[in-house]
Amino acid sequence: MPVNFFPAEFEVVRNADKCIKCRACERQCSNEVHYYDADYDKMLSKDSSCVDCQRCVCLCPTGALKIRPNENAFRKSANYTQQLMIENYRQAGTGAVLLSSMGTPKDYPIYWDKILINASQVTNPSIDPLREPMETKVFLGKKPSGIKKNPDGSINTEMTPYLELNTPIMFSAMSYGSISKNAHESLARAATELGTYYNTGEGGLHKDFYKYGPNTIVQVASGRFGVFKDYLDAGAAIEIKMGQGAKPGIGGHLPGAKIREDVSKTRMIPMGTDAISPAPHHDIYSIEDLRQLIFSLKEASEYKKPVIVKIAAVHNVAAIASGIARSGADIIAIDGFRGGTGAAPTRIRDNVGIPIELALAAVDQRLRDEGIRNEVSIVAAGSVRSASDCVKAIALGADAVYIATPTLLAMGCHLCRSCHAGKCNWGIATQRPDLVKRLNPDVGAQRLVNLVHAWDHEIKEIMGGMGINSVESLRGNRLMLRGIGLSQKELDILGILHAGE
Amino acid sequence: MKYVIIGNSAAGIGAVQGIREVDIEGEILLISDEKYHTYSRPLISYYLKGAVTEDNMIYRPLDFYEKNNVKTMLGVKVTAIDAAAKTVTLDSGEIVGYDKLMYGAGSVPFVPPMDGMENVENKFSFMKLDDVKAIEKVVKQGSKVLIVGAGLIGLKAAEALEHYGADMTVIDLADRILPSILDNKGSDIMKAHIESKGVRFILQTSVKHFEPNSAELTNGETVDFDFVILAVGVRPCTSLIEAAGGSVNRGIETDNTQAVKGLSDVYAAGDCTKSYDISADTERILAILPNAFMQGNTAGKCMAGADAYYENAMPMNAIGFFGLHIITAGSYDGESYIESDGDNYKRLVTKDNRLCGFILMGNKIDRAGIYTSMVRNKTPLDSVDFDMLKVNPALMAFSRGYRDEKLAGGVCSVS
Amino acid sequence: MKRVYVNEDWCLGCHLCEFYCGFANSGETDMAKAYKLDRAAAPRIRVEEGDGINFAVQCRHCTDPLCVKGCIAGALSKTKDGVIEINTDKCVGCYTCVLSCPYGCIVIDPKNNGRTITKCELCTRNSAGEPACAANCPNRAIVFEERGEA
Repeated sequence: MPVNFFPAEFEVVRNADKCIKCRACERQCSNEVHYYDADYDKMLSKDSSCVDCQRCVCLCPTGALKIRPNENAFRKSANYTQQLMIENYRQAGTGAVLLSSMGTPKDYPIYWDKILINASQVTNPSIDPLREPMETKVFLGKKPSGIKKNPDGSINTEMTPYLELNTPIMFSAMSYGSISKNAHESLARAATELGTYYNTGEGGLHKDFYKYGPNTIVQVASGRFGVFKDYLDAGAAIEIKMGQGAKPGIGGHLPGAKIREDVSKTRMIPMGTDAISPAPHHDIYSIEDLRQLIFSLKEASEYKKPVIVKIAAVHNVAAIASGIARSGADIIAIDGFRGGTGAAPTRIRDNVGIPIELALAAVDQRLRDEGIRNEVSIVAAGSVRSASDCVKAIALGADAVYIATPTLLAMGCHLCRSCHAGKCNWGIATQRPDLVKRLNPDVGAQRLVNLVHAWDHEIKEIMGGMGINSVESLRGNRLMLRGIGLSQKELDILGILHAGE
Repeated sequence: MKYVIIGNSAAGIGAVQGIREVDIEGEILLISDEKYHTYSRPLISYYLKGAVTEDNMIYRPLDFYEKNNVKTMLGVKVTAIDAAAKTVTLDSGEIVGYDKLMYGAGSVPFVPPMDGMENVENKFSFMKLDDVKAIEKVVKQGSKVLIVGAGLIGLKAAEALEHYGADMTVIDLADRILPSILDNKGSDIMKAHIESKGVRFILQTSVKHFEPNSAELTNGETVDFDFVILAVGVRPCTSLIEAAGGSVNRGIETDNTQAVKGLSDVYAAGDCTKSYDISADTERILAILPNAFMQGNTAGKCMAGADAYYENAMPMNAIGFFGLHIITAGSYDGESYIESDGDNYKRLVTKDNRLCGFILMGNKIDRAGIYTSMVRNKTPLDSVDFDMLKVNPALMAFSRGYRDEKLAGGVCSVS
Repeated sequence: MKRVYVNEDWCLGCHLCEFYCGFANSGETDMAKAYKLDRAAAPRIRVEEGDGINFAVQCRHCTDPLCVKGCIAGALSKTKDGVIEINTDKCVGCYTCVLSCPYGCIVIDPKNNGRTITKCELCTRNSAGEPACAANCPNRAIVFEERGEA
């Protein structure tokens, strides 16, 4: 056996006084970490296979298990960290691009945590959301810039197509293929019950889920998987995916092993073939090309559905957004670089793009400056982690937010960041039938509904504290925000004052 | 409505419960020649060996008669039935009228005439509580016992007496033990097992002549004993029904509502009747407790005016001897699948695309009811994964639809 | 009546129901202690495992129970709530119920060398509150609910 250059990342700690050898851990671990040894009459573990997904810990009926980081340490260097060294060992062993999943774990600034929210005192009293109406309904789409009258003098009430959300929270794109059918069903059912939307991602729409169409956003990405007339007709809105926050400038690659029968049918590609989403849309090289696709889709769907253009937050995001606003899109979704992914090259995920907070502020400001803010709604995505992040995003100018990682957490994900291995023990990021069935959509949908209800309550609570009774009144209301520990440049971009000012 | 029930065991109790499911008003009179609260006859061997107390032998709780509003006449014998006048005559001479009569008098030990038997002071049947109470009085540690009959009753007696360290000899005319429920292989296994516990078998033999404390056998041997247990067989109690004009052919003949053929408003159930054995498509006496209860239960419902039928009778037995358990059901005429390993034995018999019977012994008995239901329901073998079922009875081998209906459906009746 | 129902689509085959059953009927308050000191009861629920399919099976508490009808000792009975109970003081371990039960749900109790049987009583005679198998199923494959009678 060749020299193993790096040790197991995690250590399985089993309390022998508590372990009753029920073997639930063994049966639940798709990485085959746990096993029973008859000679010792003991459960043993193969630590090197553990990804710290916590499934065994959560199911152990006696609380006998703990997974902790392996304390073994390489000689410390702030420059060459242990993680970097291991990555180099790994690449020296395989010659391959490193793959990662979910949002970057790197220690980049999180601006949400450097922004504080205002509250009313004495004047402009706060509102008790339990006693007074509090509106979290929002509409996404073009807003009329003024009153238009018909030739007979009556007011023209015709609207361009829009989405109506009971709460400013939608579920962002995760394709069927990257996540399981049961995860999709959970999202679809929860969105329906909540009066909001989930997003198919680029993997098409399973035939069983057409019934959730009124709460579905169907995505058209560079691979155009599963895109056909019925698909476009099924959704409430169509989203053109230009980029993803976790991997800007990069396409996608779903390995053939995950293209089983149902995925193959839904994506309309042969079974077992790799599903490759090209980095660019091969028909889009300019805003004009984008406009052409937007109108092709509008034409195909008889101008009944709003079109969303989703882009990754990159350096010149404000200018790009301005172009998109002028291209006929109804909604722009901006995805920050800390957002999640089912698989991305590690170096891209950890180094490319910009934070959603700065991108959002810059885009909102630019569109206002250009007088075209009402041409589009803005949806902020890419690590909106809580109700307070949500409130801050809206105050920075978002009409609504997309959340994905929190939805995965609701369904059981413990952010082990091993989605790309396809062996998700929680039945989410996998197509293995024995694992997929671990996510009962009855449970998944219920937990998602609970999560969003809880956030919605919190949003109302925070808004009430500010003396604001509707999301519409909070949107772009940057006076409600203050920065803490930020440089003047950062404050300027965010368009907010420092705490104390 | 006045119901009279003769017999206080499984059939009679089944009838009480059956009547009360339909009619909570009618008057019920239960007559039995035994003086006890209803008790379980098969438990007498457990009583004798001390595995169950007399209190715990009761077949239904002490308040059963009261709760079901049943009048009882216990220790009273019925001497005649007048089906035309709708009356029964008691040994006291009293005449009791009825609207519906349920006859569940069971069976009595059958003792063939044996030379010199009158010389034997301590000889016992093994059917009733009084039998074991009498045995209890004479049995001592190490008593020498001759058991005549190697069937279920004789061997259950042997098992109980082992508790007293009895020195036992079991004789039978047949060439093997338990022929009513086991095949040759099963008999051999059980015989060897019981022999290993110190019981001596002498088969194909009967008693030529009894002396007070010894028996000369037809094979020339002489066996000494302190007492004898006579377990040759049983005879259904049919004479009252026959005398009343009911149809009797060895057992009482009934239709599928348990109404006695040839009589009206008279029903019969239990060991005194014949049943239609669906596993072998033939009529026979099925003297087993579950059958008696279900016949009685059906009779009770029908007497009270409900539509009920008992039409899935078949032989089935669950019984253990000296720690080795047997579960059997159905008939053994067909193709066999056999597993055998020491005391553990499995034989499944199939015929015409269905399981028609089985013998399970030792560690093969778990979940036997899955096989039983297949025999009872005549489950087509091509509708299940029989290769899986052969090895292990499991619901996994049935179709998804069957499982969903049975495990996830709202209705939990059985068939 | 409320019964335990199993949906095999969601059964993971983790067998935790069996362990929670054994614990619930152990009389102990700590699960590890119940098993470490061998005081756990024999599980009255069992998980069947097949090719990609698992499901748990336990007493269906039939409306018309063959086990009760066939019990030679009067040890099995149906309560007014519909729960089929076993009186182990009366049970002589003849296994007629094992022979009768079409679901194979009667458990020959290894805890007393098979001298009696044991069976699911819907946790009505322990302190679990509601059936421990359903309460602790990690994927709601086992539920305890009312689905109506025929």
